[in-house]
Amino acid sequence: MTSTLQAPPGEAGPPPSRPSRARQALALARNTWRGLTSMRTALILLFLLAVAALPGALLPQRTPSPNAVDDYLTQNPTLGPVFDDLGLFDVFATPWFAAIYLLLFVSLIGCLVPRSFEHVRGLRAEPVSVPRSLARLPHHARSTSGDDPDAVVASARKRLRGWKVAVRSEPGGVRTLSAEKGALREVGNLVFHLSLVALLGGIAVGKLFGYEGQVIVMADGSEFCNAGIYAYDSFRPGLQVDGTGLDPFCMVVDDFRATFRPDGQPDSFDAAVRYQDTDAVERGDTAWAPHDLAVNDPLRVDGERVYLLGHGYAPRFTVTFPNGEQRVGLIQWRPVDQATLLSEGATKIDPPGVTDEAERRRSQLAITGLFAPTSSGGGLVTSVFPALNDPEVAVDVLRGDLGLDSGRAQSIFEVDRNMVEQGRLVRVARENVKPGGEIALDNGTRIRFDGVENWVSLQVSHDPAQTAVLIAAIALLGGLTLSLTVRRRRFWVRASPAEPSTTGGRTVVSLGGLARTDRAGYGEEFGRLAAELAPPHPDAGEQGRERPDPDVPAQDEREDDDGR
Amino acid sequence: MVVDAGLGQFGDLLFESALVIYVFAMILHAVEHALLRRTGAEEESAARVPVAAGATAGTAGMSGTSGTSGLSSEGAAAAADLEDTTEPPAPTRRPRSRAERFGRTGVSLTVLGFALHLAMLVVRGFAAQRVPWGNMYEFTAAISLVAVGAWLVVLRRRPELRRLGAFVLLPVIVLMFLAGTVLYTQTAPVVPALRSYWLAIHVSAAVIASGILLLAGVASVLYLLRRVHENDPSKLTWTSRLPAADVLDRVAYRATAIAFPIWTFAVITGAIWAEAAWGRYWGWDPKETTAFIAWIVYACYLHARSTAGWRGPRAAAVNVVGFAVMIFNLFFVNLVVTGLHSYAGVG
Ligand code: HEM
Repeated sequence: MTSTLQAPPGEAGPPPSRPSRARQALALARNTWRGLTSMRTALILLFLLAVAALPGALLPQRTPSPNAVDDYLTQNPTLGPVFDDLGLFDVFATPWFAAIYLLLFVSLIGCLVPRSFEHVRGLRAEPVSVPRSLARLPHHARSTSGDDPDAVVASARKRLRGWKVAVRSEPGGVRTLSAEKGALREVGNLVFHLSLVALLGGIAVGKLFGYEGQVIVMADGSEFCNAGIYAYDSFRPGLQVDGTGLDPFCMVVDDFRATFRPDGQPDSFDAAVRYQDTDAVERGDTAWAPHDLAVNDPLRVDGERVYLLGHGYAPRFTVTFPNGEQRVGLIQWRPVDQATLLSEGATKIDPPGVTDEAERRRSQLAITGLFAPTSSGGGLVTSVFPALNDPEVAVDVLRGDLGLDSGRAQSIFEVDRNMVEQGRLVRVARENVKPGGEIALDNGTRIRFDGVENWVSLQVSHDPAQTAVLIAAIALLGGLTLSLTVRRRRFWVRASPAEPSTTGGRTVVSLGGLARTDRAGYGEEFGRLAAELAPPHPDAGEQGRERPDPDVPAQDEREDDDGR
Repeated sequence: MVVDAGLGQFGDLLFESALVIYVFAMILHAVEHALLRRTGAEEESAARVPVAAGATAGTAGMSGTSGTSGLSSEGAAAAADLEDTTEPPAPTRRPRSRAERFGRTGVSLTVLGFALHLAMLVVRGFAAQRVPWGNMYEFTAAISLVAVGAWLVVLRRRPELRRLGAFVLLPVIVLMFLAGTVLYTQTAPVVPALRSYWLAIHVSAAVIASGILLLAGVASVLYLLRRVHENDPSKLTWTSRLPAADVLDRVAYRATAIAFPIWTFAVITGAIWAEAAWGRYWGWDPKETTAFIAWIVYACYLHARSTAGWRGPRAAAVNVVGFAVMIFNLFFVNLVVTGLHSYAGVG
């Protein structure tokens, strides 16, 4: 079977005569195609694919972990950049990785399409006729029967229900029966390989038309709407996504609760949200549907999924300026220790009512430092537990120019170090404060640590082909299971009228069996069939015929006869 | 989530007992193996006559034992050839030789160890009130259990493979030893990300596939060694007491053919779980990447088995590589690389 699909090695050379250029090119193309679609090439490409994926396991990759790549680059200043140029930190997006799998899939289609046709033809064909000598087959048996050949073949036919059967006659009143079973194996193999193609197609569609956005939302009734890229802190669009035309559903995060075990391990995370799907938003509904967003349990709305990825704390500060005006600072701080949720951050505040730019640049405030949800107490505050049991901040208050107008992007978690170094941002206080506590500055400004809010980090994902990929994966598994469990096997009966001298019956029944794949167990099945169709005749002794062919044990088959 | 510490400790006790019993079983199988060899040598020096291949096969009892220098290489090869279609001959003619007694006791101990091992996981599950494969200690213990279970199934169907006992138990014991020392963790509930029925489905499939693939890997390694000997009988003479290369090859193939769809299922359910837990069904997390590589390598193995010129040793070598990737996935990726799967909870 497979032999017709394999190009014999060494066939690629040009023919000895001098053919025209066109024919030469044609021959070359044909040989290249044959080579590409051979099993050997498929095997080599598969192996290459595994080898090419190796750096993806051994080196940090940009896609899931960009920070780890940066760390690696700083730690390996010589080798790192070389790896980077080769694309080893982004293996699965490199052209060479794509080249391998695309070739593999071309080979796959080139191999499987002809094979499918061949299989369909094979399905219609009759089972092959009975070999002349059944005794040469790996499984065979012989007995006599009191019935005539027609009756023997008829009863065999009845017994072989579910097999594909052909009955033929041979000269001398001999009747034969050929039976085949296990065509599903080939079907399974084809389904498996074609599902692989479908799977790849689905993945590609997802990469083209999907997107992923992340956003941090304060869990105090703040709202998030999927209105466009600007709504996100980070956004990864598919190649065909420009950020317009997203489904504009909205959600409100009312509350977030985390519970922890005594040893500080997280026990559960839940965010209470309400949402409106796109239809509701467009109708201008006022009703919101409640949902409990938890780990392992995303909110599926329209074609999007909303995930709860992480959480953290945001200390709230109220600054009362000497003139009595107040400003509230509330922004997320980021956890620096996942086990205790010790967090760092910088809450930045513009003084109210200052119109003079120069004056404003002298009086901007930043509250920066550490936040401990459960404080260790003492002068050097750290966190001993991730829950909000005994919160405390250890902060510096800086005053001056935050550099917000400098045009440089700056982190929301830090103050601009340049400003500090240039002396334009100066520390005016350093204190540890618990909720309700105040810091008084020299100019009469008071900063109160009001309390703490939770924030949640959400991810919105969109992948239009996800269901198709799942279906392809299920088909793949089904096909694979079929192809690895179904045995293709053949069974033959020859019923010849007995010579008058034969004892025991009117018909000599010869049976033969051949498994076309090297799966186990046909021996047993053959034994059972033989016991029924050609039972040992009475004078053959008490032992009967447990094993029709003592030279071949029942358990095993030789290698398949395919492809050789 | 209540965790019953007392029950957990009882589980540890069961684990240690199972390990010790496996060690004894392995020693018995090793003795069995050594005795087989000695009888082989004795018989050979007693016979001394360089028998022709046909004659050797006739006295089936000895043909398998005579792989050492006395015989011509064709003789050995022919004998091996015959063996691959007939059942490997019993090591000696004498019923219940000493070797056999050792072997049978080894099997009994393996069964006993298996029972304790199973009890350990059950107890562990009750103690933590969840499926007992939530961290690497339990995961490794479960893989070893499946490997031993698969071995017992093979033994039931092909008792003549018993002499492989020591070679199967060796990697199991190494794994369990590592589990009990390096990877040991006390009974505990799992982090929220793992609290999902997918833990039971996805991880069970991974455990079952890994356990069966361990058996396949062992069979392929032995096959390769045995092939060396069959090609040049002066090399690796100890492998002459192993079943014929073809038999080993078939054990490896069948185990892989069963395990591969299970592994595929594990990867697919992993992707389904990842879609619910991490926001995408596939993200090239180190564990996902390595699972993919292992899957591709095993696909190579199955392919190689139907590619002319790749059947035999090359395919077996691919199978061994596949198992090496599985082990790499278990240890390196869990312990060294940090990824989303780093919940191993080693400490
Ligand atoms: C994406 C790459 C591929 C993967 C993952 C893959 C995987 C597999 C697996 C696991 C099997 C064993 C299951 C079975 O026997 O049905 C198999 C068999 C087979 N593959 Fe592939 N394959 C790939 C590409 C190809 C290509 C490119 C070809 C053609 C050149 C091909 C031709 C075959 C054939 C003919 C069989 C059946 C062998 C037999 O009859 O035993 N495959 N493949």
